Amino acid sequence: MSLESFAQTLLFGLFVGGIYGIAAVGLSLVFGVLKMLNIAHGELLMLGGYVSFWVFNVLGMDPFASLLIVIPVLFLIGLALDRVVYRHVVRLVGEEKIKNSLLVSFGLTLVIQNLARWGFTPDERTIQVSYAGAGLNLLGVTLPYTRLGGLAIALVVTVLLHFFLHRTYPGKAILATAENWESAELAGINIHRVYMLTFALGASLAAIAGTMVITTYGISPSVGILWTLKALIIVVLAGTGSILGAFPAGLLLGVVEALSGAFIGQTYREVIGLVMFLLVLILRPQGLFTRH
Amino acid sequence: MSNLLNVNGLSAAYGDIQALWDVSLEVNEGEIVALIGPNGAGKTTLMRSIAGLHRPLLSGEVTFGGTALQSLPAYRIAEQGIILVPEGRKLFDGLTVLENLEIGAYTRRAREKRAQTLQRVFDLFPILTERKDKRANTLSGGQQQMLAFGRALMGLPSLLMLDEPSLGLAPIIVENIFETMKLTNEQGVTIFLVEQNARRALELAHRAFILEQGRVAGTGTGEALLRNDAVRKAYMGYAPSEARIT
Repeated sequence: MSLESFAQTLLFGLFVGGIYGIAAVGLSLVFGVLKMLNIAHGELLMLGGYVSFWVFNVLGMDPFASLLIVIPVLFLIGLALDRVVYRHVVRLVGEEKIKNSLLVSFGLTLVIQNLARWGFTPDERTIQVSYAGAGLNLLGVTLPYTRLGGLAIALVVTVLLHFFLHRTYPGKAILATAENWESAELAGINIHRVYMLTFALGASLAAIAGTMVITTYGISPSVGILWTLKALIIVVLAGTGSILGAFPAGLLLGVVEALSGAFIGQTYREVIGLVMFLLVLILRPQGLFTRH
Repeated sequence: MSNLLNVNGLSAAYGDIQALWDVSLEVNEGEIVALIGPNGAGKTTLMRSIAGLHRPLLSGEVTFGGTALQSLPAYRIAEQGIILVPEGRKLFDGLTVLENLEIGAYTRRAREKRAQTLQRVFDLFPILTERKDKRANTLSGGQQQMLAFGRALMGLPSLLMLDEPSLGLAPIIVENIFETMKLTNEQGVTIFLVEQNARRALELAHRAFILEQGRVAGTGTGEALLRNDAVRKAYMGYAPSEARIT
């Protein structure tokens, strides 16, 4: 394998990893704060992809610019879902919470999936922008603009999220609630508002990932669960206590998958990712990026 | 002295087990009031009920400067100026000392004066200044209690409630915590304290209540209770003086 094609493979791994990362950060955020696994996270990603698709087709808006519409739309959907559905689950404790949150979010998965099948047809959709084939050529390595833009956005969003969480009051309220919700309330934080905001942010992150998926791969009503699983693997890889650690873990999985696809064979790319997942579970069960 | 906190006929349960039975007590402005009693008497439940963490209550009312608290959520009670340092400290472990303190000043009221309060807390506990960028869970037990105390002060309490602040700490640290309570009280903060170290608590407190099996079993000034043989026998491990062989 030449150096160029190695570099090409590595970069494509990073491009895919950026999508993985941003999808996983959303799941990790919701898990870390609401302490429940939102199985419908992939469905939110799917919805984000569709919103981007329709904005592109109806308004003729570039998918990257469409984020200005896609993010608020999914933010609002997230707010609504928290009010109507998750608010009731989040109050439960212990085993009851775990069981109910899994059941409720799995149920929601089925509902959203079928609504999407009914509203958007089961066809796979994708966005072909005018500059789809174009890219930067760097020392024999091609960097398509769509992929490059996606990775750049994923990076910027992760950095912004970091500053939001550590430098602003609403962000600190989120971190405090994730650490200890009782102490957060005692400090004067309305934790139910924190839960609502966090869930809406998680949905927005899913929407960003969905927009990146529809410009590079494609979206159909049934893709949700695959993305939930991928994001879940990454969250566990990073360590469930590490919200932003999910981003580098996503990049890592993307690169490992791409390299194993190139060196071992495309059939095995996901297998190697899962082998790495198992190894991490055995050797470092607290996750790669936890500090505790 | 005006009545700051009023607990009137409060009853509360944990699941099917009733933990508080018709508890009434009051804390006046400027006082240090201690609550002593054996394990499982309901002291922590009473603290959590006042702070809004234990809901719903079976009956009774809690008022603070005239405002009814019994149906308010915890965050609204914190906004009123009642700050609880919970048992076991409950810090934000993964966040830094500074972040813990900043979150302590989350309410709008406290936020405005954050910089000054922070300086006051650092003056009170210089060790926290040194360790301000360290994560809370890397601190020693004593430092963690100081941080919990400091975090509560950041919320500008008018009533500071502390649940077992000396539990599990070395004697020298306990001394420091009691000194700080005294100092804080002298600066105008009313203190309501649950403490297993009954002797030390009664020495500090102006008044105290004894809670046994979820009921108020006695009350008096700290001095009076310190001299009371029944109290000494039950909570300070002393035999009554007349029974002692001389």
